[in-house]
Amino acid sequence: MPLVARAATPFELKSVKANLPESDRMFPAGQGSDAINNNCLACHSAGMVLNQPVLSKQAWTAEVNKMINNYKAPIAPEDVGTIVEYLTTLKGAK
Amino acid sequence: MAENGALRSMVTRRRLLAVVGAAGAALSKPAWAQGMVDLPLPGGPGTREITTAFPQKGPMILQRTRPPLLETPFEVFDKGVFTPNDQFYVRWHWALVPTEIDIDKFSLSVRGHVNKTLSLSLNDVLHGLPSVQLSAVNQCSGNSRGFFQPRVSGGEWANGAMGNALWTGVRLKDVLDKAGVKPGAVQVRFKGLDEPVVADAPHFMKSLDIDHARDGEVMIAYAMNGEQLPLVNGFPLRLVVPGWYATYWVKMLNDIEVLEQPDTNYWTKVAYTIPDTPHASIKPGETGVKMIPINRMVPRSFVTNVTSGSRVTAAAPTTLRGIAFGGNCGVASVDLSIDRGQSWHQTQLGKDEGKYGFRQWQTRMTLPAPGEYSVLIRCTNSNGMAQPDTPNWNPAGFMRNVMESIDIIAV
Repeated sequence: MPLVARAATPFELKSVKANLPESDRMFPAGQGSDAINNNCLACHSAGMVLNQPVLSKQAWTAEVNKMINNYKAPIAPEDVGTIVEYLTTLKGAK
Repeated sequence: MAENGALRSMVTRRRLLAVVGAAGAALSKPAWAQGMVDLPLPGGPGTREITTAFPQKGPMILQRTRPPLLETPFEVFDKGVFTPNDQFYVRWHWALVPTEIDIDKFSLSVRGHVNKTLSLSLNDVLHGLPSVQLSAVNQCSGNSRGFFQPRVSGGEWANGAMGNALWTGVRLKDVLDKAGVKPGAVQVRFKGLDEPVVADAPHFMKSLDIDHARDGEVMIAYAMNGEQLPLVNGFPLRLVVPGWYATYWVKMLNDIEVLEQPDTNYWTKVAYTIPDTPHASIKPGETGVKMIPINRMVPRSFVTNVTSGSRVTAAAPTTLRGIAFGGNCGVASVDLSIDRGQSWHQTQLGKDEGKYGFRQWQTRMTLPAPGEYSVLIRCTNSNGMAQPDTPNWNPAGFMRNVMESIDIIAV
């Protein structure tokens, strides 16, 4: 009886359908929290921002400007100062 | 508001505001969170939720929900040199990550400065080209950023934004040769299926120099550790660039463009750049520094079976073990010091599973007398590069590889 070589099972992919979780986490209430919640949560959840270390007002200003200039965040110019103040108060170098 | 495309910006902004909706509840732990972990980041905050809410993923340290940033719990690295797919770390830049992929409809484009534009099906990739396998560490450029001092902004990872896998796929070289690269090509640019929420934000794209792209090791992977890629690790295809930081390992890869001019896109030219200095290190506040794209990884080593602050018996042997990797080449040695670097003892290396992968190390250590010890672990790679004894610093928090120190109390 001849030996029959068994073909290696070829690797196959399967289509995927999944759900990514949403976050309902808001920036904590305070002076300016409406501005940050309304402007920022559309693109990203709050977690990474709230995990930041204490940063200076200059550093927070640079971060918000990066969002606008590099990532095209549609933040109204009149909200920028409010958002920077909020972050500096919440997580600012004293 | 920007003048250019102002109407589109306004419409986008209204749509974004509608997405946010009604005021939410005060900060509270979601029902699906599985407990907390406290990462020992200097100055904090170190508290993170453990989440099991992500598809095809087990417990992960939640750095951000959307776009996902998930860190591997560090105890996973003590289980072996291959990181399980369901606990492999995850990092996305943009929130519009497709959650439904039809393998019969997916196609990979190869275009630009080529003889023939290609549109490859997954069948073409899996069965129409020679398959290769290679194990390689994928490490985020900003892995360990949370330990920088002074602290910097960015993803505040501990040491778990890395993993090792056996990648199965096809050589990028073979795909490029199928299209035929025309003379004058300088780079190859890679793009995936993910998209920014804001239409005019820069799509995530990375480029490699043409010779690097065609080196025969850079590959397009369709499997990791023998299984298809989890959705959030880039299903169905991702680029694998052995020895280089993970920013190049584009996920959900669907577009390859051969360039005849150097790439000037934001993610190549501005983002992911490092000081062109030893250890990519500068002083905080230093200006006028020449910046270059981040590139090759550097050696690292970690203790995985004992956490800092643990107690052991004095004058008796204790097993220490962990993992190491050489960066862009293999591990030559992993050494241990119990006297703050005055003397070093070579550890035993485990099986070599490939020069770009994790290598296990192990040793029996005896702390001679009761007291507190700072045990140092140092990897030297096969190019002779050793981990430095002082940490680097740059504003982006990239390329940390200082020798790890673990506090052990002998009693």
